[in-house]
Amino acid sequence: MISNELIYLLIPLSCLFAAIGAGFLGPRIGRRLSHRIAIGGVGLAFLLSCLVAWDVFDGGYFNGSVYTWGVVAGVKFEIGFLIDSLTVVMMVVVTFVSLMVHIYTIGYMSDDPGYTRFFSYIALFTFAMLMLVMSNNFLQLFFGWEAVGLVSYLLIGFWYERESAIKANLKAFLVNRVGDFGFILGIAAILSLFGTLDYSEVFAGVHGVQHESVTGPFGNEWSWITLICLLLFVGAMGKSAQVPLHVWLPDSMEGPTPISALIHAATMVTAGIFLVARMSPLFELSTTASSTVLIIGALTALLMAFVAVVQTDIKRVVAYSTLSQLGYMTVALGASAYSVAIFHLGTHAFFKALLFLAAGSVIIAMHHEQDMRRMGGLRRLMPITYLTSVVGSLALAGIPPFAGFFSKDAIIEAVRHSEIPGAGFAYVAVLLGVLITAFYSFRLIFMTFHGPSRVDEHTRTHLHESPWVVTLPLVLLAIPSIFAGVLLVGAVGDGSLLGESVVNVSSLSDGGHFGALEMLSHAPFSWPFWLAIAGIVLAWIFYSLRPDWPDHVTRRMKLVHQVLLKKYGFDELYNQVFAKGSQSLGHLLWKWVDQRTIDGILVNGTASLIGRASTLFRRSQSGLVYHYAFVMIIGLVAILSWLLFR
Amino acid sequence: MNFSDNHLLSLVIWLPIIGGALVLLISGSHRPSVARWSSLLVSLLTFWVSLSLWTRFDRSGSDMQFVERQPWIDRFNIEYFLGVDGISVPLILLTTFLTIIVVIAGWRVIQTRVAQYFASFLIMEGLMIGVFCALDSILFYLFWEAMLIPMFLIIGIWGGPNRVYAAIKFFLYTLAGSLLMLVALLYLYNASQGSFDVLVFQQLPLTSSVQTLIFLAFFAAFAVKVPMVPVHTWLPDAHVEAPTGGSVILAAVTLKMGAYGFLRFAMPIAPDAAHELAWLVIGLSLIAVVYIALVALVQRDMKKLIAYSSISHMGFVTLGFFVFDTTAMTGAVVQMISHGFISAAMFLGVGVLYDRLHSREISVYGGVVKVMPMFGFFMVFFAMANAGLPGTSGFVGEFLVILGAFSVSGVYASIAALTLIVGAAYTLWMVKRVIFGGISNPDVEALKDLDCRELGVMGILALAVLLIGVWPSPLLEVMEQSIANLLAHLEITKL
Repeated sequence: MISNELIYLLIPLSCLFAAIGAGFLGPRIGRRLSHRIAIGGVGLAFLLSCLVAWDVFDGGYFNGSVYTWGVVAGVKFEIGFLIDSLTVVMMVVVTFVSLMVHIYTIGYMSDDPGYTRFFSYIALFTFAMLMLVMSNNFLQLFFGWEAVGLVSYLLIGFWYERESAIKANLKAFLVNRVGDFGFILGIAAILSLFGTLDYSEVFAGVHGVQHESVTGPFGNEWSWITLICLLLFVGAMGKSAQVPLHVWLPDSMEGPTPISALIHAATMVTAGIFLVARMSPLFELSTTASSTVLIIGALTALLMAFVAVVQTDIKRVVAYSTLSQLGYMTVALGASAYSVAIFHLGTHAFFKALLFLAAGSVIIAMHHEQDMRRMGGLRRLMPITYLTSVVGSLALAGIPPFAGFFSKDAIIEAVRHSEIPGAGFAYVAVLLGVLITAFYSFRLIFMTFHGPSRVDEHTRTHLHESPWVVTLPLVLLAIPSIFAGVLLVGAVGDGSLLGESVVNVSSLSDGGHFGALEMLSHAPFSWPFWLAIAGIVLAWIFYSLRPDWPDHVTRRMKLVHQVLLKKYGFDELYNQVFAKGSQSLGHLLWKWVDQRTIDGILVNGTASLIGRASTLFRRSQSGLVYHYAFVMIIGLVAILSWLLFR
Repeated sequence: MNFSDNHLLSLVIWLPIIGGALVLLISGSHRPSVARWSSLLVSLLTFWVSLSLWTRFDRSGSDMQFVERQPWIDRFNIEYFLGVDGISVPLILLTTFLTIIVVIAGWRVIQTRVAQYFASFLIMEGLMIGVFCALDSILFYLFWEAMLIPMFLIIGIWGGPNRVYAAIKFFLYTLAGSLLMLVALLYLYNASQGSFDVLVFQQLPLTSSVQTLIFLAFFAAFAVKVPMVPVHTWLPDAHVEAPTGGSVILAAVTLKMGAYGFLRFAMPIAPDAAHELAWLVIGLSLIAVVYIALVALVQRDMKKLIAYSSISHMGFVTLGFFVFDTTAMTGAVVQMISHGFISAAMFLGVGVLYDRLHSREISVYGGVVKVMPMFGFFMVFFAMANAGLPGTSGFVGEFLVILGAFSVSGVYASIAALTLIVGAAYTLWMVKRVIFGGISNPDVEALKDLDCRELGVMGILALAVLLIGVWPSPLLEVMEQSIANLLAHLEITKL
């Protein structure tokens, strides 16, 4: 009989051992065995996660420590697991997408020299992500948080000879570190307020400290809870790429495509969403924090959707779409619809991983061409990729009965019923976002798969559907992209999906139309449905019916087009202010303070002063007797004169 | 009870010193391999002996342990008085462990005056351990100053082109600080009516103004050694010119002596002044964390960059001391140990490249991981540890210091936490330019990956860094009681 604890432990550790095996033994045991080890480890983790999920939905629950990391000043820092419904949802999503990506990688990376290294990294990533979601305390959460960041860094820079890739990974790590700066202070604030880093103890103590406040450095009063929530949310903004810390995510597309699917769409970037949902007992107590979350999310959802419209790189369209969808999830969190946010996280993980892997399938077929202007008409040559892409796009656009429809509609409903400051703006933003989302996702479909072929001669002769290891994951991901919504929406609506693991706000399920049938029957009478249809029709007109129109519009709206192409200028601003600014400041301090002032004047100045003084004194000691006699005479005369004439 | 039980500390101090002298005697200048093997033997033996300090140390004891006390110079009541607590034990182990690493690292690299090189390190090892054990202040002072001589020689003989300038700068800088400490010790001798016992000094009542003067005198000595801004400029020069082994010991152990001095002398002898002047030390520490990080960002020489990084990390140590919080002080001591391993590994890494291409310029390299994958792995690992990634020892210290500082002041914690960003920036930017990228220099193309010896050294350091990061509990247990005692002592006014 295997105990539950052992199973919990085995889930992350099987991935860790797989990573170590594939990584260190890879060069010796060869590719085939390496990917078998990695897939075996992650596959085992997936199966066990399903088993645990089964158990949890049957009423199982676990909260306990594995070992004591350290005891300082009476505070126990522990490594442990919290297994509840939120955890198992994340575990199943993470291990399932990870497994799909592992299989897909066999095909995608087949002729890459870093094959075994790649498997090692993605297995390591799965380990880190599992540690993050299974944690029962902030220390381990931070460990997982940083470890996924490390693997993301390694994978964005996987092709380390490319200057653009190693620039992007440095940028990603540093921007994430800006978020972590807030996160670690949030953890410190939690420790000083609650005296523990254990989730359950923090949540148990939260009502006792609800009204405590702290005086800031400028004499302003802060509610502790608001302060903690805002600091933690800064961390979430870094990882989940919310404006203005979003700049790293588009550049992360420098990494291989399976990584964009796994890390930068489905799992790691949703860690911030998971964090806020996990902390829902805290966020629920601070309207200021919830309102901030709502507004940041709405800004991200809308602004990034606009940018997706002007992208021509197939991966970048999907990347900006990810940013925008993360914004939707954040909006749901701000509107206190935590279970809805996790619902969208789950459906999004499936259809976005699908879209990325489909884009990857196109990219390999096109011999690593990513520009959609040089594609077109691929649907006949790559039918499986085409069909699954359409499924993914329909889900993303929110067309019933695909998965995205349910989760997105639930978010919009939640915002509509929200009464916190900023909810009005957020409602407009998410509605408008639906139109744009549908537009850019079908822009991608029409530009890539429809219309005349713009593929160059050489590539065209080689174009064919990708091998089964690539298409199988597409099909397997398409299934939940269709059905996950319809099957789960009821459980989300009545709060049974996540149970007690997040705060349930009852007003939500009363006001909305939750339940698959209600939502489907209500759809034709709602704004989002028609906005999505309008988006698709517009995309069809612009990119299929009248392909010359986009150029006309671009010419008319040059300024807007430029602003969107420049992505609102965040990159330039950050580059000038932070990257260049800190270097100039560093130079200034080094040259003028360290070298000129401290070393030049004080240290070497002292030395040369002593040197000069002694040169002077040395002259007086010439060794010539008549010099000394002369000085003695002068001295004698001086003393006598003083005695005589005083 | 046999001899070694009663004289464990003496054994750890004198074994390497006498061993070093013997290495000189038996190998002379003709038999370098005898010098190598005998030095390795001595360092291993010393480490083995020091291990029993760890195993036999009583974690719950609140007094000095393994005490040895003999009258030495009766006329001035100077004693041969040794003892350790939970703060010095890990530092001694760090010293004995790293000396083995240094001996192995210098195995083939050092070809001139081999016996003298290894002997210098062994003798220095004993002297440094002496600093961490001495409880008589004159004995402490002797070890403290004597340690300068082998280091002076190491930089001056086996160093780079500008070694003489660096060696003299190092020597005079630290000596200038130490002399003020000697004055303070002599004052305390009179005030205590003829004792040099550190434990007596710690109990000695002193007026406020005297405490301030004494604190400042100690501060001059220890701040130079740590080093703190603005008396840090000797360190980059000394590191750049020192041979790899010298840099390792300098960064890993010598800097810790300054920090240790604060804990053993400046703070407990003048606790009221320490509270009074905490703003000064905290201010300088925070400046070190941010200002030095910015300076590190623009360095073109790898060793200089790591040297500046050391100053920045030591800022965390002094910050942790002077917020007078258990968590922060624990973090600071862990940071001392952790920085010992990480900075050692980083300097060894630069040494590996320097041995091959004889350059430390960042711009010379690029794309090293393509030809040296194992080396690249370790450098990225240690760079991440240097940037304080959880799961490595670098995280433990920084995390605890930030946690502790926050409970005292959110502003201190916020400024300190900036290291998360700037620390990662300078370390990973160097990694990007040296390890990653395309190869543009044909010499880099011909680089050979780590050999077994280098691999072993890097691997064992990586294991240590990982172990402390994943399970710091044993280390925390050793120091827990001593830190509690120290902080309790610091809360009692001497006025």
